[in-house]
Amino acid sequence: MRQPQVLPVLLPAAERLAKAAMRERASGARALRLEPAHGVALFAAFVLGCGVAQAQSRSYDPSILATIWKWTPLLARGFAFNLAISFVAMAIGSIAGFFLGFAQISLLPAVKRGAWLTTHFFRNAPWLVLLFYCMFLLPFQVTVFGVTIPIPDWTKATLGLALPVMANVSEIVRGAIQSIPTTQWEAAASLAFNRRQTQWMIIFPQCIKRMLPPWMNLYAILTMSTVLASIVGVNEMMTLTQRALSAENRPGLLLAFYSYVLLWFFVYCYPIARWTVRLEARYAVRQ
Amino acid sequence: MPEASTRPIVVVDDVHQSFGEVEVLKGVSFTVAKGGVVCIIGPSGSGKSTLLRCINGLVPIQRGSIRVASFDVHALRTDKEKIALRKEVSMVFQQYNLFPHKTALQNVMMAPIHVLREKPDEVRARAIALLTKVGLAAKQDAYPGELSGGQQQRVAIARSLAMRPEVMLFDEVTAALDPETVKEVLNTIRGLAQEGMTCILVTHEMRFAREIADEVHFTDGGRIVESAPPAELFDHPKVDRTRAFLSQVL
Repeated sequence: MRQPQVLPVLLPAAERLAKAAMRERASGARALRLEPAHGVALFAAFVLGCGVAQAQSRSYDPSILATIWKWTPLLARGFAFNLAISFVAMAIGSIAGFFLGFAQISLLPAVKRGAWLTTHFFRNAPWLVLLFYCMFLLPFQVTVFGVTIPIPDWTKATLGLALPVMANVSEIVRGAIQSIPTTQWEAAASLAFNRRQTQWMIIFPQCIKRMLPPWMNLYAILTMSTVLASIVGVNEMMTLTQRALSAENRPGLLLAFYSYVLLWFFVYCYPIARWTVRLEARYAVRQ
Repeated sequence: MPEASTRPIVVVDDVHQSFGEVEVLKGVSFTVAKGGVVCIIGPSGSGKSTLLRCINGLVPIQRGSIRVASFDVHALRTDKEKIALRKEVSMVFQQYNLFPHKTALQNVMMAPIHVLREKPDEVRARAIALLTKVGLAAKQDAYPGELSGGQQQRVAIARSLAMRPEVMLFDEVTAALDPETVKEVLNTIRGLAQEGMTCILVTHEMRFAREIADEVHFTDGGRIVESAPPAELFDHPKVDRTRAFLSQVL
């Protein structure tokens, strides 16, 4: 099919910005754009931090790199905890968001309205506020049939993070479904498919490709947001870094340690962000 | 076709349809005999496509009645009732509307398996036979994106036929095709008409309409202006508006 010709000289910036805006609207969040330059800058900050700390240390202190190395196993354990929280929150949020997204296009006005409200409430509420809500409103244990089940803090934090993920996935699902041309619904209807069959067999399979890039983007954002759990006292990387710093009791270490934490997150999220961009480009050509 | 004229399978009577303020159809009436081929011609925006969509219940009508086989289309309310109708009336669209994530064969097989709940083996055999009939047996594993417009449209026709409908609706099925591939699609439709399939075509292919139709309706402004067998309508139009239109397009 022939595409309408756009003269490349005219308004290239406007067109590019419009496309970026559309992508961001579809993904429900600001697209994460990590460049190699960001990694270089982070590494530079780390080196600078180490240099400053080295200059401030006393003669009998161990070297900065040795100190960081000493704490690395503990920090790594904390990072693994961050990842665990991100996996579980993503899984819960995606499943809940998936159904919420479909509820948003329901033909029943009450369901549609309720889903819309839920989505927008959790999407626009600050993540930290939701986290606090979950931390302080959920009980620390529940008793079901006489069995007392404790709810550890990290579970509550995970739930707190799963809520905004759910809302964002809901928007991703709704956006993807509504981006499928209505003619597909018409064609399915004229072949006597019912609405449920049309959604599951015809519309949704076509959505998966469109949903994948914004979904991965959301995951990268979530991973970086897991450090919020440190504020509510979960033993993740950020909390452990603070503990390490207070144990060392050397103020000069601050910049070095926090840049080190940033580097860990960058190394983990960078490939995801690059992969997202590549998928986006690939699917953009196909459609 | 002597027996064809005895029992109308589609009866459209005084149909009014409007989108909000805009009245698209302002009292359209016509009938189609079983096995008959009816062509609807007319300028763009005269309500031709809407009329087809009304016949298979995609668009509700405000006044009048439509009867297809044993269904009172205007009275269908629930999805279940509409689905029962659409098993008998199948539609082919201008933009093919194949399912892009399925191969040609899967496109043809999907509805009979999931809607009619027939056995996959039988459906498969029938689907391959249908693709062979439209000349695309070799392309059964191709995805719609890998097929030309004409090929996609023929798959779409096979997909509709797989439902074994009583009536086929064709909505400007060649309008999006380049002139060379129009022919392959028209040949397919011609074959169907000769086999006795009841067809209602909205088309801009006047020569084809003349050749294939039992009756041609010329529509303008939401009304049928003139109806006649093709030879009469094309050669001796009685209404000025028809004459003006034909002089532009022929």
